[in-house]
Amino acid sequence: MLRINGLTVSHGAIRALDGVTFSVEKGGLTAVIGSNGAGKTTLMRTLSGLKSADSGSATWNDHNLLHGKPEHHVRQGVSHVSEGKSVIPQLSVEENLDLGALWRRNPSEAKKSKAEAFELFPRLHERRTQQADTLSGGERQMLAISRAYMARPQLLLLDEPSLGLAPLVIEQIFQSIRHIVDSMGVTVVLVEQNAMGALKIADFGVVLNLGTIAASGKASDLIADPAVRTAYLGF
Amino acid sequence: MSQFLDMFLIGISAASIYALMAISMVLVWRSTRVVNFAQAGMALLSAYIGYELVSRTGNFWIALPLAMILGAAFSAFIEFFLMRILLKHSNQGPIAAIAPIIATLGLLGVIHAVIGFIWGHGDVQLQPPLSKVGYSFGDTTLFLAPMGLFVICFVAALLIIVTIVFQKTNIGLALRASAYAPEIAQLSGVRVSGIRTLGWAIAGAAGAAAGILQTVNGTGGLTPESLEFSLLLVFGFIAAVIGGLESLPGAVLGALILGLVLAFVQIYISGTLVFIVAFLLLLAVLILRPQGFLGSKAGRRA
Repeated sequence: MLRINGLTVSHGAIRALDGVTFSVEKGGLTAVIGSNGAGKTTLMRTLSGLKSADSGSATWNDHNLLHGKPEHHVRQGVSHVSEGKSVIPQLSVEENLDLGALWRRNPSEAKKSKAEAFELFPRLHERRTQQADTLSGGERQMLAISRAYMARPQLLLLDEPSLGLAPLVIEQIFQSIRHIVDSMGVTVVLVEQNAMGALKIADFGVVLNLGTIAASGKASDLIADPAVRTAYLGF
Repeated sequence: MSQFLDMFLIGISAASIYALMAISMVLVWRSTRVVNFAQAGMALLSAYIGYELVSRTGNFWIALPLAMILGAAFSAFIEFFLMRILLKHSNQGPIAAIAPIIATLGLLGVIHAVIGFIWGHGDVQLQPPLSKVGYSFGDTTLFLAPMGLFVICFVAALLIIVTIVFQKTNIGLALRASAYAPEIAQLSGVRVSGIRTLGWAIAGAAGAAAGILQTVNGTGGLTPESLEFSLLLVFGFIAAVIGGLESLPGAVLGALILGLVLAFVQIYISGTLVFIVAFLLLLAVLILRPQGFLGSKAGRRA
């Protein structure tokens, strides 16, 4: 279970997150939505250890997420796909995948994860020897998610996987995320600017506004909530 | 004809040493974004250590790999105890870009002082283990001697090993990923700070080999004030820039271009022009193709 309590994070003088408190049960898909500058990316970067917090706490099961570097959290089952197609363009598709499992000591298990990733995104298998900068935006996002999946995460933090993608591609990526949650038992926290799309596939939703929680609950309840609809879903 | 062949061979053997120096500059640049001026001093120190090891063991073939290991350890030590602290504490404001580079210059001075303190300011001789009399066929004697041939073969072997390590092993993948995108490497579970130290260590080994090979292939004489190694650093840097500063194959290509051009100038024009031509080559590349021949298309990242 992911527990976040009174989390406060600043960028210099600007407070990006101000006492954020929520928790995520194991096994579900939680969408974190909110407008630009609401603190969504800051939240993800803090949970994965890229950014340090001022105060508050954040734990995944018994593991303290506010202490230690990202490479440490990955070993505890927390993987983060950062904003903007986080793949390494100079490496091949397969090297990007292998990178995700480098720290794992068991090569045969890593191989199994790679087979699962290829099964999830057959397009990546077709292009495995190509350099990642020859991929389309959607394929890069698939590769970024797969790279994180190679670490065999229990908790997967996805930051705006739909950014800059065509609606059909977004649909495909969202279905794959749902599949990772349902069939592979991974807990996913999905940060999205595409609020409606994210809430539709999510089990739970958290609405961030200027660094604080504006609303939270079941995704279907949030979609039905008139206040959330006008402010964040645009109708 | 034999003059042309000589030019080619002089060029290649000089290029192999520039390539080692260029590789050590590129590795340090890729892992910490620092241009390591102290590399000249570290190469000189390694040549002195090579001299010390040869005089103690009496065997150059043991001294060379041993000096490379010590060079790697020293370089890793510098990264771990100097650069890491410096980069952590001076990472903001106008000083951030310049402080580590000035620190390497300061370190260069320290290394020269330490060498003078240990070995004195006189000339010491590191004897070449192989003959430096050129191979002869009939009545023509080539420039290339067994010593020079060894330098070329040894460097070629090192380059093959480095290529295999970087392209085919897990450590190599971690080294490349950390160089291209440290944040993504971190998020993938790579212990980036350890990989950084490893990058410096490999650079130190390459620099140590460059220092020793340059000495035994040259006059064999060493003094703490030797300017030769500063020139070697400049040539290595020029080779690295020609190649794009980020790319290991680029560094080797840059070294080959530089070595051959300088050998051509030396044989057909005048040896005194070598430094000027090297400088003009650097300017030409920076003006016409600032990203280097094998640099990334997006240009150099800060």
